[in-house]
Amino acid sequence: MRAFTYTRAADTSAALGAAIQNPEAKFIGGGTNLVDLMREEVERPNEVIDINRLPLSQIEELPDGGLRLGALARNSHTANHLLVRQRYPVLTQAILSAASPQLRNLATNAGNLLQRTRCYYFYDITAPCNKRQPGSGCAAIGGFNRIHAILGTSEQCIATHPSDMAVALAALDATVQVQSANGQHSIPIEAFHRLPGDTPEQDTNLGHDELITAIDLPATPFATSSLYLKVRDRPSFAFALVSVAAVLKVADSQIKNVRLALGGVAHKPWRAHAAEEILTGAQPTAEIFRRAAEAELQAAIGYEHNAFKIELAKRTIVRALTTLTERHLA
Amino acid sequence: MKTKEVGRPLDRVDGCLKVTGQARYTAEIPVGQVAYGVLVRSTIAKGRIVAYDTKAAEQAPGVLAVITHENAPKRHPTKEFDPSDKEPSASPTTLLVLNTDEVSWHGQPVAVVVAETLDQAEHAAALVRVSYAEAEPARLSLVAEKPRAFVPEKVLNEKPEVKQGNAEEALAAAPFKIDYTYTTPPYSHNAIEAHNTLAYWEGEDQLIVYDSTQYIFGVRKMLSEMFALSEENVRVVSAFVGGAFGSKGRAWPHVGLTAMAAKVVGRPVKVDLPRKDMFYMVGPRTPSEQRVALGADAEGRLQAVIHTGTTASSTSNTFAEHFSFVTRHLYASANILIQQKLVRLDMVPNTFMRAPGEGIGTFALESAMDELAYALRLDPIELRLRNEPGKDPTMHVPFSSRHLKECFAQGAEKFGWNQRNPEPRSQREGPWLIGQGVASAFYPANKRSAEVKVHISIDDTVVLQSATHEMGTGTATVQAQNAADQLGLPVGKVRFEYGDSLLPKANGSFGSTTTITVGGAVELACEDLKRQLLRLAVKHPSSPLHEASYDDLEARDNGLFYKDHPTQGETYAAILAREGKDSLEAQASFPAFLKEKLEEMAYSFHSFGAQFCEVRVHEDTGEVLVSRWVGVYDCGTILNEKTARSQFLGSVTMGIGMALWEETKWDLRDGRIPNSSLSEYHVPVAVGLPRIEVHALSIPDPHTPLGAHGAGEIAVTGAAAAIANAVYHATGKRIRNLPITPDKLL
Repeated sequence: MRAFTYTRAADTSAALGAAIQNPEAKFIGGGTNLVDLMREEVERPNEVIDINRLPLSQIEELPDGGLRLGALARNSHTANHLLVRQRYPVLTQAILSAASPQLRNLATNAGNLLQRTRCYYFYDITAPCNKRQPGSGCAAIGGFNRIHAILGTSEQCIATHPSDMAVALAALDATVQVQSANGQHSIPIEAFHRLPGDTPEQDTNLGHDELITAIDLPATPFATSSLYLKVRDRPSFAFALVSVAAVLKVADSQIKNVRLALGGVAHKPWRAHAAEEILTGAQPTAEIFRRAAEAELQAAIGYEHNAFKIELAKRTIVRALTTLTERHLA
Repeated sequence: MKTKEVGRPLDRVDGCLKVTGQARYTAEIPVGQVAYGVLVRSTIAKGRIVAYDTKAAEQAPGVLAVITHENAPKRHPTKEFDPSDKEPSASPTTLLVLNTDEVSWHGQPVAVVVAETLDQAEHAAALVRVSYAEAEPARLSLVAEKPRAFVPEKVLNEKPEVKQGNAEEALAAAPFKIDYTYTTPPYSHNAIEAHNTLAYWEGEDQLIVYDSTQYIFGVRKMLSEMFALSEENVRVVSAFVGGAFGSKGRAWPHVGLTAMAAKVVGRPVKVDLPRKDMFYMVGPRTPSEQRVALGADAEGRLQAVIHTGTTASSTSNTFAEHFSFVTRHLYASANILIQQKLVRLDMVPNTFMRAPGEGIGTFALESAMDELAYALRLDPIELRLRNEPGKDPTMHVPFSSRHLKECFAQGAEKFGWNQRNPEPRSQREGPWLIGQGVASAFYPANKRSAEVKVHISIDDTVVLQSATHEMGTGTATVQAQNAADQLGLPVGKVRFEYGDSLLPKANGSFGSTTTITVGGAVELACEDLKRQLLRLAVKHPSSPLHEASYDDLEARDNGLFYKDHPTQGETYAAILAREGKDSLEAQASFPAFLKEKLEEMAYSFHSFGAQFCEVRVHEDTGEVLVSRWVGVYDCGTILNEKTARSQFLGSVTMGIGMALWEETKWDLRDGRIPNSSLSEYHVPVAVGLPRIEVHALSIPDPHTPLGAHGAGEIAVTGAAAAIANAVYHATGKRIRNLPITPDKLL
């Protein structure tokens, strides 16, 4: 680990000020990912700005019936919050399917969005990686790529975003509240993370001098009928091979509302708009589920070891929708 | 001997120390002035080091030394571990890293950085730049190297080939047959305690090494060869080991490098391998490709048994993992063909992993038996019972003890096997397909050598001493129980000192041999002590034992008493007091008598078991969950119900990990291990395990000390096959390449 300066920020403006002053500095929350990256010398900040004392840990109801999740609320606290459990079960399930209780107790909501890919080669500083070192090449494309992306990849990078929580947030149309020196603004979750394109080193559209303060969940009454289905190699403490966050409202044998997002398949949580379009207004049948899944995965590209994810993603979509539909009928 | 303590589920004697953090592991030994070493890994798999740039590292804060092959003090090559040596060295390889510019595997240590603190050493190690020349591509694939596979001289101490009758002809003629290839991947060791070493020198030629090892005297031998010291000048200490599983039977490169670094900086040096180094600097279980072909008559009697295949060793070691041993001893057949081949890869030297040989061999053989049972439409247990051999099928001697039938009978009843519909894909619960599978477990019951000293004080305190190891298996507990019964004292009176080369010599604790070996030595030492005590007593007309002969007596109530006179006898304290002695001691070696050595050849010593499991396979996603486990094991007398049970539970757990989750991935371009971390190398987790029900027959083996066998490995064997067989039963899909990951079942 490279030696670094530790700064504790007393408030948001002090934190932002410190970041503006030092372009190499990094904010630290739970540190569950950043510290690992620093130990491996993947991240080499010369300063960490500890934001844990900032008053951003609240979870509160918004006037419209939505919820505001504080940036520093811990993942475990968020998952187990009564209103989250009642109104957004998909989010609770997604968070609890991730990592371990110890990690969730430390990891923050904002940190969860900002965690970096678990691509093996990104973590190994002796391997080429365009995300870690732009222009050095991608070791994953011709290497071992079982855990890599099948959608939205580029010739520069086939890494996936590792978060489960963010997949649920994508299905819930969350917005990320951001503070900068110029004031507060919000970024829709879909515009928050990026596809790799020619700049895989940039995971998100958050600037260095910007700080996430909260994640807002809009009021979504039908999200009580939601599900997070995660397929992985090991039943705990493993990243998703494929995951599906699904929100579904069926009435009068018709799909009134549907939201689908996929994890483990792309550089960002993958909102399945093509599938949603086919499903909306249709009768909830196995055939339509499969057709929607096929449409969503039409553009998917498999590599040597991850081609199975294409079929797995389709099946997982169908299974998630089937399960929710059965619940409606029951 | 009357057993009061042996067999009892006594809590482990070191349990309290461990759960309160007072048990000191190697990395926690307090030594003043300790400096920290970090090893730099090569980033190519084969080639030469052309140049180092160590300037930045040398100038980094706290750095005491940057040692490369260019400035490393000369060490001497060491002999590779050879099981046919009487006292083998623990060296995994003949290659001496940092004595050469040659790179033989990706991750081979190419420099050692020593600094005042661990963080400083880690940071400086990342600043070392090494340039390499790569002349020819590395050989990294077992499959690609198969054309160059050769039959090694031996497989452990056995012949690589066995031919009885004509198996290929018999196979061709058999009315029922199967013939398939099974593969197992490389697996990496991941005990909770990573390997670590702390070394310092006293004067020029006294080396003291604390090492997390399961083979103290092998480490001592290697270091004495490496530094040209007499063995007495090297002391190796290993009090508590946080899991070994075979990986600590070898002294990996860090051990010698730590001692060397301590010499260079003139201070104690500690090297505690980071998790990544566990993948790169500690040998894995070899990958294997095995063919099993079985031919049977209509009644299911085996007419032909063929088990051949290939494993890998490195370019600098020779260990051919003995996957074929199980087939030499498990089932009867007139026609048996066994052949092992080996390829050499540019990899870290491979090594033992819990149930080496049998762990992967039983996957192939016991999967094949299941396939044959389906071909015959015969119950898989019945198929096995019909092929029970009267005596060992290739050694042609009786088994010392074999109760496989009883294991299946008990297991079938407890599991409810007979309710099973044998039809594949016949049970489901929602999207979950359910299946049940069974397999035999098999592991040798070998012995090694050990010396034990027993010391009794006038207050009846007994101290046992032997340089054996406690790596969590319960050795200290069960041998205290053993000595308590041998001497007829409460177990609380006995303390066992182990883990130090200053103590009487013991062999490595691997191969499930420690219980019998150390147990036998404890028995002999205690007998010697009792005979000495009796000799003291018979001299005196006043002693109630004046007329006694040893065979008339038994040890109980803290003394020697007549077997047929419950009250007539004398306590040890009384015997010692009369002589004016405070204490007495005795020492013995095992195996001691010609009888044991002859028995070794007159019988086939093995343990057996029956593994039953139920799995649930998700029909859409291919996820596999093991939902039920029943294991029944035949490994002689159980010395401690609780520690043995823990061994079985841990073994089944490792078997499940081997079947479903674990796999070391090698990037075939350069030997890199992409998943060299605990988040991507999937060891078992509690939520993935069912309630594991284990039972031991506890039938004594009449030909071993205490009637015991080791219990540490038997329950790994057959586990992966039982799971693969259950997956077939659930889905109708046979998986012949481990691990059984979801993609293989889509």
